[in-house]
Amino acid sequence: MIRARGLLRRYPGFTLALEELAVEPGRFVTVIGPSGAGKSTLLRLLAGLERPDGGTVQLRGRAVFVDQDRTVLERSVLANAAFGLELAGVSRKQATRRVLPWLERVGLADKLALPAPRLSGGERARLGLVRALALEPDVLFLDEPTQALDPGNVALAEELMREAHRAGRTLVLVTHNLYQARRLGEETWFLLGGSLLESGPSAVVFERPRDPRTRAYVAGEMVY
Amino acid sequence: MKRTAFLLVFCSLALAAGSMRLATTTSVNDSGLLDYILPGFTQETGIDVQVIAVGTGQALAIAGRGDADAVLVHAPNLEARFLKEGKGVDHACIAFNNFVIAGPAADPARVAAAPDAVAAMRRIYQTGATFISRGDNSGTYNREQQLWRAAGLDPRGRPWYLESGSGMGATLTLAAEKGAYTLTDLGTYLFVKSKTGLADLFNRPDPLMLNQYSYMVVNPKRFAGLNTAAAYELRAYLLRKDVQRAIGEYLKDRFGQSLFNPLYGRCKEEVKP
Amino acid sequence: MTADWLEVWEVAARSLTVAGAATLLAALFSLPLGVWLGSRPRRGGLGAQVLLYAGMGLPPVVVGLVFYLLLSRSGPLGFSGLLFTKAAMVLAEAVLAFPMIAGFTMAGVRARAESVRRLVRGLGGCERQVLATLLWESRRPIVAALAAGFGSAISEVGAATIVGGDIRHHTRVLTTAVVLETRKGDLANAMALGAVLLGVTLVVTAVLVVWGERR
Ligand SMILES: Nc1ncnc2c1ncn2[C@@H]1O[C@H](COP(=O)(O)OP(=O)(O)OP(=O)(O)O)[C@@H](O)[C@H]1O
Ligand SMILES: [Mg+2]
Repeated sequence: MIRARGLLRRYPGFTLALEELAVEPGRFVTVIGPSGAGKSTLLRLLAGLERPDGGTVQLRGRAVFVDQDRTVLERSVLANAAFGLELAGVSRKQATRRVLPWLERVGLADKLALPAPRLSGGERARLGLVRALALEPDVLFLDEPTQALDPGNVALAEELMREAHRAGRTLVLVTHNLYQARRLGEETWFLLGGSLLESGPSAVVFERPRDPRTRAYVAGEMVY
Repeated sequence: MKRTAFLLVFCSLALAAGSMRLATTTSVNDSGLLDYILPGFTQETGIDVQVIAVGTGQALAIAGRGDADAVLVHAPNLEARFLKEGKGVDHACIAFNNFVIAGPAADPARVAAAPDAVAAMRRIYQTGATFISRGDNSGTYNREQQLWRAAGLDPRGRPWYLESGSGMGATLTLAAEKGAYTLTDLGTYLFVKSKTGLADLFNRPDPLMLNQYSYMVVNPKRFAGLNTAAAYELRAYLLRKDVQRAIGEYLKDRFGQSLFNPLYGRCKEEVKP
Repeated sequence: MTADWLEVWEVAARSLTVAGAATLLAALFSLPLGVWLGSRPRRGGLGAQVLLYAGMGLPPVVVGLVFYLLLSRSGPLGFSGLLFTKAAMVLAEAVLAFPMIAGFTMAGVRARAESVRRLVRGLGGCERQVLATLLWESRRPIVAALAAGFGSAISEVGAATIVGGDIRHHTRVLTTAVVLETRKGDLANAMALGAVLLGVTLVVTAVLVVWGERR
């Protein structure tokens, strides 16, 4: 469960301000909006990685955040995948056993010993996803995990997210892929200029939006 | 508490070794004289002598702060002041040689023909031939200043008067490079002569060219923790007849003359506080 | 001849232990400081950054002189009897290596601090784990920092001469031996010692770098 109230975050030249937000456990939320709208900022605030200048965030359950930069550590692919479990105090042997099936699923099993910084962008994205999923968290915050992936891997990543959803996890997914947002989301938020312009069931946001700017944006027009 | 214990370990290490510190001049040390006579002392007494070789000025400064147990230096006027200030006691003259004016074999200032050392310096001044001074507070520099004063001249600021700021060996090398004159102690001159090709243009008996090495014990009343007993043992050893003779023999075969002439404690130039 | 070479090795070994001990002593304090400063937001660490970078330019002779005055029998720490010992050289050279190691570590850590913190915290790690991960992730810049610190310590002559005194069999190290041979006009010996110094520095740096490149 996630609940935010009166959220405020100020950067030089940018302000994020939200009245109220709530995500029920097990929901799949997709977040859309133009670049610089504040999607990543909102995600970091909800995940507790950043303190708001005002307002409160409540988060129940174990949450994991996958960032947009696809950060990998200067260690092997295997050590990267097991890193989250290691932080949680799982022994290296145990952790390896638990991440191996995941790495196999995303096609990284033949690169276990490779230093992760040598992976391609798409491979890094899959590694980041696996690192988070292996922790079997209650809540997943995912910031553009399929950005610049080929169609096959997008399908794979979406399948993994769906599985997590079916397993009862809560997901908040930021994406620029409107079809994906529509496909996966039960609920969609549209952010513009630091405000939550529209939120509700994905079907409604995409087909019968109240705000004309939302309508324009989901129709593929430039909105700023 | 812990820190004191840590420091105490260091203290006891330094003392238990039965060692003393001798601050001396580079000319004594670099000639190898100390490496030649000190092992015998260590063998007899078990005292390890740690030699700190610096310029005479610095040697006296180190000793004057209580950081050495004894000094072996060659600047009678500075020694007199050291005694007068109560920093040193029991002055003893150990050995002597002479200073030398070295320079290019062509000798443009005709130093070789000068009747005495002061006249030689005057000739260099008048020709404006390049002269390299140590420019530090060494015994040699001190002597050079005495010579200029005796000649009634002040070379500072003259374009031909250069200050090297380095040791005697380096200064001689520099003088050779620049075809310049310089004042040097005999020992260092003989050591680097073959490498520099400088000629000893003024190398004659002259009271102003006397280079006298003296030993002083650092005043134990001024500093705690000195190894004064060892300093006196070394003093007695250096003045012993057989050791004095050995000093006189040092490298005599190689250079055909004594590098250090024994004084048996009798000063040629008086040092009075 | 063999005795000469024995003494060269003795002096080289002393150079290695003094500079190594100084580097370790400095690292003990400067690594945590560098990691801590590098992991903080930039604004807060600006003053420290200026101090550390300026500290890299500390003149060794001045550091040596300060330690001389402190450790002299007439100075406040004279009772320790540390002047003209290897311990004094280690102290002075550690002070010289300190800003090098802390400064380079800080710069290296800072480059990765934000993304690593977000990763570790995002996976549920605590702040202590952020620092530990940063320390490991910055091992290459840290190796560079240690090599620079060691290089400054072993190649330094001003402080070593003033607080060590170049005492044979006690505090003579390669750099002070080079000065001695130069002073004596024995330039061939001086060059040979200089070559040994370069060799020692090269070997130590190689060991550090290889160690840092391990996965
Ligand atoms: N740490 C920061 N300091 C200053 N400004 C920031 C900071 N983080 C974000 N901003 C600014 O806040 C605004 C929103 O950034 P954010 O990363 O949330 O956008 P976004 O919606 O995720 O964009 P994109 O789709 O390009 O990822 C941007 O103008 C950005 O420059
Ligand atoms: Mg973003």
